[in-house]
Amino acid sequence: MALDFSSVITGQYGQMIVDGTVITLELALGAWLLAMVLALLLVVIRLTENRIAVGLVKAYVSYHRNVPTLIQLMMWYFAIPTLLPEALQMWINNFNAEFLFSLTALGLCQAAYFSEDIRSGLRAIPDGQNEAARALGMSYVRAMRAVILPQGVRNALPAMINHTVLLFKNTSLAMVIGVADLTYVTRDIENQTFRTFESYIVATVGYLFFSLLLMGLGALLARRFHRVYAR
Amino acid sequence: MFEIFTILHDNGMLLLMGQYPNGPIGGVLCTLLISVLAVLLAFPIGVLLGLARLSPWRWLSWPATGWVYLLRGIPLMMVVFWTYFCVPLLIGHNISGFATMLCTLVIYESAYIAEIVRGGIQALPHGQYEASRALGMSHLKTLRLVILPQALFNTLPSLVSQLVSIIKDSTLGYVINVPELTFAANQVSNQLLTKPFQVFAIVALSYYLICFSLTWLANKLEAHIAQKRRQAPPQPASVAPAVMLTKPSSQ
Repeated sequence: MALDFSSVITGQYGQMIVDGTVITLELALGAWLLAMVLALLLVVIRLTENRIAVGLVKAYVSYHRNVPTLIQLMMWYFAIPTLLPEALQMWINNFNAEFLFSLTALGLCQAAYFSEDIRSGLRAIPDGQNEAARALGMSYVRAMRAVILPQGVRNALPAMINHTVLLFKNTSLAMVIGVADLTYVTRDIENQTFRTFESYIVATVGYLFFSLLLMGLGALLARRFHRVYAR
Repeated sequence: MFEIFTILHDNGMLLLMGQYPNGPIGGVLCTLLISVLAVLLAFPIGVLLGLARLSPWRWLSWPATGWVYLLRGIPLMMVVFWTYFCVPLLIGHNISGFATMLCTLVIYESAYIAEIVRGGIQALPHGQYEASRALGMSHLKTLRLVILPQALFNTLPSLVSQLVSIIKDSTLGYVINVPELTFAANQVSNQLLTKPFQVFAIVALSYYLICFSLTWLANKLEAHIAQKRRQAPPQPASVAPAVMLTKPSSQ
């Protein structure tokens, strides 16, 4: 059996692959930003030591870490819209509902992981660091910015990179609810051309390229942080 | 709220074990069965892969490293489709969705278990390996008698966490019609038509309970092992005679 890549990477199929890749990247980037913003918010809430708020954050993190991402995705796409008023449902469906819901689901899920990464990164810093910075006359914000956060980011970085790669890979789940991402178009192309191996090899290489890129960038970043803040 | 109980009453068995006595096993039981089988089968492969990654022989460590990076770099969904197409081609006849998903999970998770095992081995003090080699043991004998027993014991909590991941990953069986919990949930939801929220709430709760208790177990194990490692090595029985001395003299 001879492999013939030209039929799946040129013409309309090539265009489909490009479009799918763009959707995958958009989804990953959007969900990443949402997750990051939410994670920072969750960490800040957790630092407030308000019992009810901390309990809610804990429940949030626990739910998102112990329920499969696919179920969370189905929850957002199949279940939660039925609770919304009909007018709002119609309104959402006019926009790209699948894309929006999968972005929300992936972002909310990953926020739980990111917030735990950041929190354990901050927790690994001895209390003395903060106390010493404050004793030197730094304000709370300055101590945070100049002493605590750089170390916290350095500690949290490896886990966050892993989870960023995980988020990127999880975008393929959105195919289940009909987002036309790379996995979805690959299946489409396979169904239309019957070139199973060629289409899946192209998609696999595509995913692998971006994952390895993320891992490589992460390693570079970690090394840079390590050098800058090395004692 | 009340509807949840009605749904559980009407479809509870379907969600719990599918059509089991009259058909293939499904629901929660299928999810658990496939996950436990996957972890049991992936574990030996993962240990071998982890050892291969650390082996001093390049012809072994390079392919193993490549394989692990390949699997860590692509989504599980891709692996599902690859197995779905390749395994029947390789063995010459069709296999069930359950077997396909099991193969997928074993292939995919063995890469992650390999990383866990590698971490466990690298966390051991290097002196252990050197001392065994200095005593004249071969590389393989050192691994078998000294390194692996310690490393594998220490990786136990991570393996339980990996089982949680596998349970969560087994939801992808839905895509290739494995009758596990996610598939059963969609079946029930499509049958009832108007109550997706209640159905998915039940399913989310089931997954939550399973995964949460396993995570709890992993944490307990981890604390137990950490404590065991902190403790000083057990004192020899020289304390026992001291007890004899304190024996009050009879009046």
